[in-house]
Amino acid sequence: MDEKKLTFMDFVSYVSRNSGLLWEYFIQHILMVVIGLGLAIVIGVPLGILCSRSRWVAKVILFITNILQVIPSLAMLVILMLWLGLGMKTVMVGLFLYSLNPIVRNTYVGLKQVDPSYMESGRGIGMSPFQLLYKVRFPLALTYLMSGIRIAAVIAIGVVTIAPLVGGSGLGREIYAGLNSNNSLRIFAGAIPAALLAIVADIVLGALQKKLDLSKRKSSGAAPVPPKIQKV
Amino acid sequence: MIVLDHVNKVYDDGFHALKDINLEFKKGEITVLIGPSGCGKSTTMKLINALNTPSSGKVLIDGKDISGLNPVELRRNIGYVIQSVGLFPHMNIAKNVAVVPHLKKWDKEKTDRKVNELLDLVGLDHTIYRNRYPSELSGGQQQRVGVIRALAADQDIILMDEPFSALDPISREQLQDELIRLQQELNKTIIFVTHDMDEAIKIADTIVLMKDGQIVQTGKPEAILRHPANGFVRNFIGQKRLQSENELSYEIPLVDDVMITNPVTAFPNRGLAEAIKMMESKRVDSLFIVDRNKQLQGAVSIYRVLDMYGEEGKTVADVMIPVRFSVASGSTLPQAIELMDSHQLSNVPVVDGNNRFLGLVTRGSVVKHLAEVYPNLAPPQPAGEGEPV
Ligand SMILES: Nc1ncnc2c1ncn2[C@@H]1O[C@H](COP(=O)(O)OP(=O)(O)O)[C@@H](O)[C@H]1O
Ligand SMILES: [Mg+2]
Repeated sequence: MDEKKLTFMDFVSYVSRNSGLLWEYFIQHILMVVIGLGLAIVIGVPLGILCSRSRWVAKVILFITNILQVIPSLAMLVILMLWLGLGMKTVMVGLFLYSLNPIVRNTYVGLKQVDPSYMESGRGIGMSPFQLLYKVRFPLALTYLMSGIRIAAVIAIGVVTIAPLVGGSGLGREIYAGLNSNNSLRIFAGAIPAALLAIVADIVLGALQKKLDLSKRKSSGAAPVPPKIQKV
Repeated sequence: MIVLDHVNKVYDDGFHALKDINLEFKKGEITVLIGPSGCGKSTTMKLINALNTPSSGKVLIDGKDISGLNPVELRRNIGYVIQSVGLFPHMNIAKNVAVVPHLKKWDKEKTDRKVNELLDLVGLDHTIYRNRYPSELSGGQQQRVGVIRALAADQDIILMDEPFSALDPISREQLQDELIRLQQELNKTIIFVTHDMDEAIKIADTIVLMKDGQIVQTGKPEAILRHPANGFVRNFIGQKRLQSENELSYEIPLVDDVMITNPVTAFPNRGLAEAIKMMESKRVDSLFIVDRNKQLQGAVSIYRVLDMYGEEGKTVADVMIPVRFSVASGSTLPQAIELMDSHQLSNVPVVDGNNRFLGLVTRGSVVKHLAEVYPNLAPPQPAGEGEPV
């Protein structure tokens, strides 16, 4: 019974004794997620825009990204490892391929759902296709893109925990070290921060997603205008 | 001036939306395109800002074929207002109004001045509304902003596609009034699409009535109301409006509305005794003499008949005096009253183009008519019976 209490105190003392290494794993973990996700955004957003241009292109691109995401993460990383060898590179490419689908799909859906009347009025007013995209369509799709980033980030944080299997680093190292040495303290020391990271990312990105919903934007702090003020 | 010259539009799916359209939109006028849904109004309008290109034929603005112009540049010089407003929800009101000045790279100061001036022009205090977002405005306010956005870069031509039809009736009326007021100040060339005839009549300088991709009739609202080209136009104007037009014309009533339609008449071959008998039984003091074709021959008064009564064998034709004054059917009541006034007449006959006797305007009939039109002014008790001639 009091073994449990001991475990918790052990956990705290373990974490404080190894805080340097754990912190390093933590940062590496985040770094890999950010880089993989960043790549996916840089490539995925233009792909999403491309999808919105033609239905046929959309079908092809979304088919491919969909398949990429369906491949089990371990299988994906192992296949990549055969090609790219052990190391961070394999992990980041894996994350990139994994995150592509939510990013491309949500960019595409976000652009598609923009009310056609905004585009008609933008076009009719004299915006070039590019101006229409970056002044009107893209800002109004941002909340969807953000939702894609949120989904991808949460998945990526989970996937990175198996990175050590293909020569990567991060909190997974600690988990596997714990598994190998049958040390549950180390397992917890790796798994709890990873889980917290996923939860925090979900909350923060979710808040951002809400904030980026510009379709019903309001002036901050302004007293609401009585809607029928002009009527007799 | 904008000219559509033999324009046809066939959409990609093969639908022939416009069939040989020839139109002129005059500078400084509001031209209203009207017709049932799907008749090609929007298609026609979008030819002008190159959102649509003609399959054949030409669109000329001030004599220049617009197919040679850069469509994006062209659109920046043409205001565009659509039914769903299309204000950008992520931009505040000032930014929305300033969209085209921005595209045209106006400097900030000039843009700001223009935005403030326009907001105030439509009754939206710029100190309050500049920083509001579209979702914080009522539908009517949003469309006011939509309208001034089309004016912000000093566009000379404004296209408006059913701009007010999504608004509640009160806002709609207000915006129509405001548009008329703005137009008196600004003198733009406005092309306005609607399917609402009341709206068209209210704001149009010229109405273009369309059906199935063709123009059915073009003209001033007054001309179209008075002379609908065919049954379709008459139908489109609507029975209700034709009636309300009659009500409108009560404001200046026509003699036809006022006259007694069955005045007492006699044929020329009637004797004097008969004439007296008729006047007695109908309680009138004079008779109009008409022939079988209802041609007005003359009139006799009771005094004249009594004067000549001694001369047996005379007919009314012998004693009648010619009618010196009459008014044509379609004349207005004031014309008739002026005639009666200046010649001391107690009545004046109404005749048609062939001088046929149609009816009689009397002082009594005028009073009776006014009492019908303005029932509120009539005494609460029913007025006396009969024709008070
Ligand atoms: N892009 C398009 N492709 C095919 N048909 C179209 C297109 N746009 C409009 N049409 C058809 O052309 C006709 C006229 O449309 P429109 O000009 O929008 O009518 P409205 O008078 O209601 O504004 C309609 O029958 C419509 O279905
Ligand atoms: Mg239309």
